[in-house]
Amino acid sequence: MNHILEIIGLVLLLIGGTFLFLGGLGILRMPDTYNRLQTGTKATTLGGMSVILGVGFLEPDWLIKTLVLVIFIALSNPISSHALARANYKRKNYPYLKGGKEYDKYREVYQKEEEEETA
Amino acid sequence: MVQIIIYISLGLMLTGIIFSTLRFVFGPTAADRTVALDTLTTISMAALVLLALVYKRYIYIDIALVYGVLGFIGVLVIARYLEGAL
Amino acid sequence: MIFYIILILLLLALMVAAAIYSIVQKDLLYAVIATGVISLVLSVLYLILQAPDVALTEAAIGVALTTIIFIITIRNTVRYEDDEKNRQKISKSNKK
Repeated sequence: MNHILEIIGLVLLLIGGTFLFLGGLGILRMPDTYNRLQTGTKATTLGGMSVILGVGFLEPDWLIKTLVLVIFIALSNPISSHALARANYKRKNYPYLKGGKEYDKYREVYQKEEEEETA
Repeated sequence: MVQIIIYISLGLMLTGIIFSTLRFVFGPTAADRTVALDTLTTISMAALVLLALVYKRYIYIDIALVYGVLGFIGVLVIARYLEGAL
Repeated sequence: MIFYIILILLLLALMVAAAIYSIVQKDLLYAVIATGVISLVLSVLYLILQAPDVALTEAAIGVALTTIIFIITIRNTVRYEDDEKNRQKISKSNKK
């Protein structure tokens, strides 16, 4: 039983390290702020969660605290990503879209909100 | 076996830290730099938990917990300032 | 053992690079974010050197409190260091 837990933990450590590396590579290589947000938060969320769970499997006494950490990452990382994307949109850095402006669904909502605020 | 895999994982994380610091230096806008800070926070949290495993100390995980709570608040404050609504 | 020495040296180089960047940079917001990076790396270094209490304090104060206070200060003053308005303000206050 102990052996199986150790193998699961080691595999999770390898997966997490790979995803953290991919998040760093993507944040260096991507062309746009929104694409950087995508790799910089989603890939690192998966990587951090698997590394922390892997440590929890390797040392079964620590499992509860690592689960708390995993839940905290799953709650806090999307909030910061959302706040940053919203701030970047309000500074009028619109995303580059191949099909044209009609694919930008948020622009209509945002313009309505602005009209309501001014009125 | 465990030692080798921990070394490989720490090396991959260190490469991620170096890449996101490069983005922090070259990033053209303020939002890019803030994204780099957020990525650095998450990668360092994972590295802190892994170092707790290396040194076999239970209390080192608390530092990662404090780190997660407060780094998130810092990124949120910077985003609110960029939005102009602080 | 040699692996950890390489790790410490790379993190130290990173920290010094971020510190130099925060001094040279004219945009004060970028300098504040650089201070956040410095205290992030410094806290990992304290943990490698086996000082968990110092690392806890550094993480609490350096990452959150300093950043928030500096951002509020920037919001109430100016963002760029070589601003024309800023210069005029300073010269006016000097004349008084």
